[in-house]
Amino acid sequence: MTCEELLKALNDYVDGAELNEICEEFAQHLAGCNPCQVVVDNIRQTIALFHHGKPYDLPVAFQDALQGTLKAKWMEKFGEKSINPD
Amino acid sequence: MASQNIDSAAELLGKARTGDFAAFQLLIESLQPRVYGLAMRMLRSTHDAEDVTQQTFVALIEHIDSFREESSLATWLLKIATNFALKILRRRKTVSMSSFSDITKEDSYGDLPHPDFIAPWTQTAPQIAERHEFQVELERALDGLDEKYRSVFVLRDIEQLSVRDTAEALGLTESTVKVRLLRARLMLREEMTRRFGDPEQSLRSDHNHE
Ligand SMILES: [Zn+2]
Repeated sequence: MTCEELLKALNDYVDGAELNEICEEFAQHLAGCNPCQVVVDNIRQTIALFHHGKPYDLPVAFQDALQGTLKAKWMEKFGEKSINPD
Repeated sequence: MASQNIDSAAELLGKARTGDFAAFQLLIESLQPRVYGLAMRMLRSTHDAEDVTQQTFVALIEHIDSFREESSLATWLLKIATNFALKILRRRKTVSMSSFSDITKEDSYGDLPHPDFIAPWTQTAPQIAERHEFQVELERALDGLDEKYRSVFVLRDIEQLSVRDTAEALGLTESTVKVRLLRARLMLREEMTRRFGDPEQSLRSDHNHE
């Protein structure tokens, strides 16, 4: 396997696909190629970093408006009682 | 804090399906930021992201009776939201005269971006994530990606949809999703490594090496 071939197989390796054949060749190349090792590690870190990203907060005014819209839609579907049970 | 009364998502869904609005609200609490975040990242407009979020949850109310398992809920919502976002992107493209077909066109592995700056990072991802300004840097890096790569990366690597679900959401083949994901990952790796890599340990990639 060349560096170029390794690059193309990167997704399967990073995503942990059980493609043993690819994995074996992949591991063999990695063991002897420091730049590819670092690239693979960089990609793992990059994905982890984005995964650590915080969820977007809804703007407060929108949150309120959305709540109102959904409530109206809900009453339309399930009736008034679903919102104000006795 | 008493937590023994907190219902599981499955229980909440069951209650919501019978018309319990309070249960519905609890059910979607953590899903709203995900849908809104997806829309923001795809559209880069607060106004459009709000539209997509509202349309998506209204659609959920319309279809709530057909949900049997809460596990499929997030995927369903993200797919619906993607669909609404694509409609907006399509409309924008018509206005700007550039071709929308670009986003649904097949991609191949030819001409992959080659790693240029290769260096181990000075900090781990969780350490970087603790820094206050890091979120801004991430969003800026995402912004730098072409829309067709960004949407694949957001669905697959941020929202962790499967390759198949990502493909279905975007109307692409799985192979195109894989190619675009690889490009997105390589481009973001480059960008992030320029930021967080240690220049003193940088390596040279030898393209001819076997
Ligand atoms: Zn190599």
